[in-house]
Amino acid sequence: MRRAAYVRNRLLLMVFVLFGVTIVIFGMVHFLPGDPAAVLLGDRATAQNIADLHEQLGLNRSMPEQYWMFVSGLVQGQMGTSLAFRQPVNQLVLSRVPISIGLAVYAMVLAAIFTLVFGLLAAANKGGWIDQVIRVVFLLILTTPSFWFGILLILTFSLALHWFPVAGFGTTLPEHLWYLFLPALALGLQLAAVLIRNLRSSVILTMRSDYVRTAHAKGLPERMVLMKHVLRNALMSTVTIFGLQFGYLIAGTLVIETVFAVPGLGQLLFTSITSRDYPVVQSITVVAAVMVIVVNLLVDLSYSFLDPRVTYE
Amino acid sequence: MSENILPGSIARPVATPIQLTFSMRLQKSGLNLTLIIGLVMLTLVILVAIAAPLLTPYDPIAQDLGASFMPPLSPDHLLGTDNFGRDVWSRIVYSTRLDLQIGFVSVLFPFIVGGLIGIATGYMGGRLDSVFMRLVDVLMAFPFLVLVVAIMSILGPGLVNLYIAVGIVGWIPYARITRAETFAARNLEYVQAARTIGCTTPRIMLRHVMPNVIVPGTVYVFTGMVLAILTGATLSFLGLGPQPPTPEWGAMIAAGRQFLLQAWWLTALPGFAILILGVALSLIGDGLADRR
Repeated sequence: MRRAAYVRNRLLLMVFVLFGVTIVIFGMVHFLPGDPAAVLLGDRATAQNIADLHEQLGLNRSMPEQYWMFVSGLVQGQMGTSLAFRQPVNQLVLSRVPISIGLAVYAMVLAAIFTLVFGLLAAANKGGWIDQVIRVVFLLILTTPSFWFGILLILTFSLALHWFPVAGFGTTLPEHLWYLFLPALALGLQLAAVLIRNLRSSVILTMRSDYVRTAHAKGLPERMVLMKHVLRNALMSTVTIFGLQFGYLIAGTLVIETVFAVPGLGQLLFTSITSRDYPVVQSITVVAAVMVIVVNLLVDLSYSFLDPRVTYE
Repeated sequence: MSENILPGSIARPVATPIQLTFSMRLQKSGLNLTLIIGLVMLTLVILVAIAAPLLTPYDPIAQDLGASFMPPLSPDHLLGTDNFGRDVWSRIVYSTRLDLQIGFVSVLFPFIVGGLIGIATGYMGGRLDSVFMRLVDVLMAFPFLVLVVAIMSILGPGLVNLYIAVGIVGWIPYARITRAETFAARNLEYVQAARTIGCTTPRIMLRHVMPNVIVPGTVYVFTGMVLAILTGATLSFLGLGPQPPTPEWGAMIAAGRQFLLQAWWLTALPGFAILILGVALSLIGDGLADRR
């Protein structure tokens, strides 16, 4: 019952945040200096051109009316017409969502592997040279701009060693995995850089608890203690951090797609910026925000499954 | 030391001075190795930015088409030249000024605004607090970079717009940090004392609360600067930052991308500059956080 009440409140909050998100995106176009129509048409536009475009985009209607059009469109999945591609935005955007989500999930899987391996390795060798090396290497990775990291991977593994394709997407699933390996690696390593720090300190903290001492005292082998007693409890806070990092992962995915020419949302977003196709930019922003909101909801709800002691107050 | 003991005096244990190891002395001075390395690196970067004209033999935007695509370690061009024959070293060095400025300015305003919002909401609580926290909830739902990019797509590319876009979102962490601190401080004795002697609310917030809650926010400043520099470089990589021919690391990497096959140095080298500055600031941030 308690969980049901929590889920209900959490969903109410989500509806509120979604409402706020639409206000922000709507307000971005209407309250920031700069007229989208003028920006769209460029320097040589006449007043008449601009007025026509205002009419076409509905920018000459009243604010509440425009907001209503925007939101009711969103609810129905109609996000306007792309100015550059001359086709409905939702087709353009939704067909690319699975590609970007696929890449993000791929990166998450790689990040999980790196985090478990290097996080446990660092914690087990606390203060030793392995710990230091892991710390320094992942500090460097964390501070590296993701687009440049991607380019370095291309220079090394594609152009110099010829192990992986330079860019593209492939047509079959094994090909997708093959083509997306380098971008997923770049994203995964950067995500892991944050998570490893967290898992390391949380494993070290958990090692000091009474039940771990008991497990040692009753003669369980070290590996068993680490896996069954320490890791499961230590992972709790790492999951939280992961939820907080998801926004960065989505943003990173969009940027890295432009580096590796992956035909996902990111590529569409940045061609749309260049062609000043703001309905597309708006709807990709909505989609990205919705993904973050949903993942954070899932993370919040997952606590009670990971840890039966969690109650929702 | 025994010669100091006068004859007939009571024999007492001689206090041998504790030998301070290097790391203990560091700890005493409030510094640590992480912080020192970071500060030294940052100082070097700032010196490079100041002394840019002395360190560079060429004008960063002067073209010399006869000398294009010279590889690094060429006799006249230490780090080679780009497709227009511009000296890569000179461009990287001059860009230090711009990127430091981006890091500094895009943190300064969010820090001030966020700090003030945090103090006001934390101290006054109530409706003001709920309104701002709901706003934070909404803005946090957006991936930071995506929202910044979306704002930039409306404002148009350029440096000032970059500051505006980063500023619209960037105040949040400072507001959250100072709010939490203020929340804890607002019922402490010195605040109650100030209230009792009749200080006005703005005076209490600015003169009494602020000096005590501002430190955690300043620790975050360095992390914020790393984020700002990476964001700035990413935006200019995407063509939304300072426009060509202004030398900027992200823009240089973007421009070099077309020549990946023939000139790796155009994309690889400017990235190291971002990395050095980023690591310097991260180390300072880590070092300051360890100190607390």
